[in-house]
Amino acid sequence: MDFGPFLFLATLEGLVQAAVLCLTALGLSLVFGVMRVVNVAHGEFYMLGAVLAYWITSWISGNPAMGFAVALLLAPLFVGVVAYLSEKIILRRLGYDPEATIVATIGILYILQQTALLTFGPDARPVEPPLYFRVEFPWFGYSGYKLIVIAAAVILLLLAWFVITRTRLGLIMRATQFDRETAQNYGIAVDRVYAMVFAAGAAFAAIAAVLIVPIQQAHYLMGGDPLLLAFIVVIIGGLGSIRGTLLAALLIGLSDGIFSVFFSPTLAKMVSTTLVALVLVFKPEGLFGHRSRL
Amino acid sequence: MDSKNSQILSLGIHAAVVISFYALQYVLPEYHLLALTRIMLLAIFALGFNLLFGYTGLLSLGHAMFFAAGMYGAGLTVYHFGWSVPGAFLFGVVCGAILGFVIGMIALRTTGVAFMIVTLMFAKVSYLVIVYFTTYTRGDEGLVMPAEFRGFELLGMSISLTDSVTRYNLALLLLTLTMLIVFLLVRGRFGRALVAIRENESRTRMLGYNTFAIKLKVLTASAALSAMAGSAYALMFAYIGSSFATIQYSIDPLLYTLLGGAGTVLGPVFGTFSMFYLIDIASEYTSAYLLVTGIVLVLLILYFPKGVFGAIRQKYCRWLP
Amino acid sequence: MKQKKESSSTDVTGVSSSRRRTLKTIGTGIAAATAPVWFPRAYAASEPIKIGAQLHRTGIGASYGRWYERTATAAVNLINEQGGINGRPVELIVEDDGTDPKRGTEVLEKFATQHKVDVAYGTLFSHVVIGSSPRAGELKLPYVVCSEGHHVASGKLNRYVFQPGITDVRSQVISMAPWISQNLGKKVTMMFPDFAFGHDHRDYFSQAIAEQGGEVLELIAVPPTETSFTRYFPRIPRDTEVLYHVMVGPGVLTFVKEMGQHFGKKRPEIFGFIDSLEAVDLATPQLEFLEGTYFWEGNPRYAQADQSDFDKQYRAAVGVDGKGASLADPKDVSTYSHMFACWESLFIIKEAMELAGYRSVADKNAFIEAMESLQKFDEGLAHPQGNKIFNPKLHQSFGHQHISKVGADGSMEVVHKTSIEDGLYESDVDYTQMAL
Repeated sequence: MDFGPFLFLATLEGLVQAAVLCLTALGLSLVFGVMRVVNVAHGEFYMLGAVLAYWITSWISGNPAMGFAVALLLAPLFVGVVAYLSEKIILRRLGYDPEATIVATIGILYILQQTALLTFGPDARPVEPPLYFRVEFPWFGYSGYKLIVIAAAVILLLLAWFVITRTRLGLIMRATQFDRETAQNYGIAVDRVYAMVFAAGAAFAAIAAVLIVPIQQAHYLMGGDPLLLAFIVVIIGGLGSIRGTLLAALLIGLSDGIFSVFFSPTLAKMVSTTLVALVLVFKPEGLFGHRSRL
Repeated sequence: MDSKNSQILSLGIHAAVVISFYALQYVLPEYHLLALTRIMLLAIFALGFNLLFGYTGLLSLGHAMFFAAGMYGAGLTVYHFGWSVPGAFLFGVVCGAILGFVIGMIALRTTGVAFMIVTLMFAKVSYLVIVYFTTYTRGDEGLVMPAEFRGFELLGMSISLTDSVTRYNLALLLLTLTMLIVFLLVRGRFGRALVAIRENESRTRMLGYNTFAIKLKVLTASAALSAMAGSAYALMFAYIGSSFATIQYSIDPLLYTLLGGAGTVLGPVFGTFSMFYLIDIASEYTSAYLLVTGIVLVLLILYFPKGVFGAIRQKYCRWLP
Repeated sequence: MKQKKESSSTDVTGVSSSRRRTLKTIGTGIAAATAPVWFPRAYAASEPIKIGAQLHRTGIGASYGRWYERTATAAVNLINEQGGINGRPVELIVEDDGTDPKRGTEVLEKFATQHKVDVAYGTLFSHVVIGSSPRAGELKLPYVVCSEGHHVASGKLNRYVFQPGITDVRSQVISMAPWISQNLGKKVTMMFPDFAFGHDHRDYFSQAIAEQGGEVLELIAVPPTETSFTRYFPRIPRDTEVLYHVMVGPGVLTFVKEMGQHFGKKRPEIFGFIDSLEAVDLATPQLEFLEGTYFWEGNPRYAQADQSDFDKQYRAAVGVDGKGASLADPKDVSTYSHMFACWESLFIIKEAMELAGYRSVADKNAFIEAMESLQKFDEGLAHPQGNKIFNPKLHQSFGHQHISKVGADGSMEVVHKTSIEDGLYESDVDYTQMAL
């Protein structure tokens, strides 16, 4: 293929990758930003969302859009409840100690992953997209649903931005994030905020999974990659900064895509990973965030 | 208890652990001898990790790259250049130390979560480097150390790495050495500086310490110890492969350390030991042994949040290093 | 041997219903995976021959591992039903290797020293096999693997490691090349994972196609961590006549789907290794474009028109229907192309043990030598995939390969079966010269 179309395709793929990153990072950013804890099980909430999407869509026959809509509703709800319970039963009792939380969420990671293996099985399962069409460019064809994923990412980002900056809920969250004790003094039930935030973060992961799983596939080990990538996006973007998350996702997604035009694929991955790490080294507070207080 | 007595007592406890490891080889069934050999090598890895994490407060999510540096430094020189075991072993350790120094120069500009991510990403690059040079490393498949390099002469003794008792004692020797190094590092003035950095870095800097230099030293030492574990692992079990450079092997020492107790010498050893047997025993009853592992981790962290030895230290003997 | 068979069949009549029950549960997943292997009561008194099975119950290879376990369990049941080995029952001790070389090696040590097995019996993923092999050699534990990698035959392992049940990838690849160049085209682009397994395909196929007067236009090595593949398709040159793909891992379904989206109707001929789609139903939405493409298959997933009786019996014993899916759950598609290796390897272990008059671990050397005295395996219930020749110097079998064309409903029809000679190659490896 000629250079132009090749670059165009790489950019397109980079944008999809960025959208995927934004979607998976959003929930993590919320939890990390407000609670200042690393939720290692975030990827498993994502996996759970994808697996539930498979189950729900395979139960509901007929138009795939029907099953998909139900999945988009039920999967986040279910995952949110699981997260809410694990926060109540486990994390709260640890007092959000950063190290203890890492161990506990590694434990939750194993529990969720192995439960999925026992019930869902080890096979990769496809989920049909709600609407499927192929966009035919002069040089190549492209999945129309991937473009929808980009749109969905933009909408969800705007929604999150609106909630955080323009609503009372967002204000409470920001206050808690800024200073936990003071927020408590002002009568904010910090415990309840934390539980809700943790559940919302997991539900976001599930929404992302339901949206993304039609372009990938449900598998019980699928949680690892999104966790790492989302984690990187959140740090590079800066804590709690929606704008930063978006920019970091674009930076990582596009650099990954476009480097692959110029280098052999594995080398491209090495170069882009190194570059992103260096960005973090020379701008440790992230591109747009406040300095980390961890 | 005064500090002199406590120092002697804690030395005694650690010596007792080493001696009981030594004595175990006469009573243990062969399987556990083999298992303990691995456990001791991985415990070295965890101790190296703990030096950085437990004492200095720097959480690296990329220590697999140091383990792999030792593994490939030793393994590739044996495989491609026919180096003998002692030379290859030392080369592996040096590789780890150099990598630690270089990564430290770059990554130590960051702290906290940024440090976690930067080390994570460099570890990913290291993994990709191994895969990229599949021609020499055979990537994921890995390489088997040729049989003729399984034995060596040292100080007039001929040592065969195919013998399980020899391997056990070599691993114990390395573990003892590591515990001693860590013990010496964390007891003295240097150790107090490390803890000071962990508790409050800017105050330590104001007291006139060059915290960057201290952290660089400790990261290099930590990397060298991790590489020593990797180097020994490659030579003793005759295999190197890229799976040892995956994220799993960066998480493992963290898990061992947190389980046993961060910032203690015996904690990582105990953590490695219990994780191994937890998986080994649970896997006999269920294929979902990781589910059991998950539940145990959650329970442990709820009831022993500072790790087992952290809890012991807090409750009974505050002088434990 | 015939006599033995007869005498034992009377032994089992009393409890055959329980065997049937056991067989039924095979294919129902975890229940079967953890169920103990059943023995006829008659020889419960004699010590069983223990075979330690190192399998991928968890980790990235778990799809394969589950079916490998079902196949192995079914084979052991049949062997026991036929009177066991040298009149002793066979016990399969399964340990999970987590698809990880480190755990795999630990498990192998456990077999040797704790379970004290007679033979260790191996797994699919090459890194687990290669990582475990030095320890097998040092523990002097015979280690029979079902991995299809070109590692046993490469000469880098040792005298205790055998791969008698399945042809290695090098042989598979070179036996494909003539048919591809004659029927699909001479200008080939290859897409493969950027690790050793993929590099074996790259090296051996490039060479083989060149010998057929063809050429490889472009080599596209995909990083093993990749989850999206679209951006690699533009690297495929426009004058490519055949796209050769072999991807493994849980991302492969995405790979195949994206390949369809990219090409649409204007595609070159596509030839892939079924490894890309083992355990995946080809009737999955968005895989329709695969219709008319070709796959390598070790053992054809769909029962063919000329299906042998042995294949019928083998399918029934493992619990697989004519479409390669589980009898219990048609959505549960097997790894049919590869898993015959588990079945056949166990019968080969039996053959060698009987040849050696194997009684106990003390007869280990006799067992190894008996393995090395084997020359060929005839098609039969013990070898439902077809006849094979065994090269004792390489410790490696060579058999027939199949090229199947995908039909309308995701079915697959064999269009070409290679001869054993197509897959032979020169080698100066000789394990029999190594010390025991």
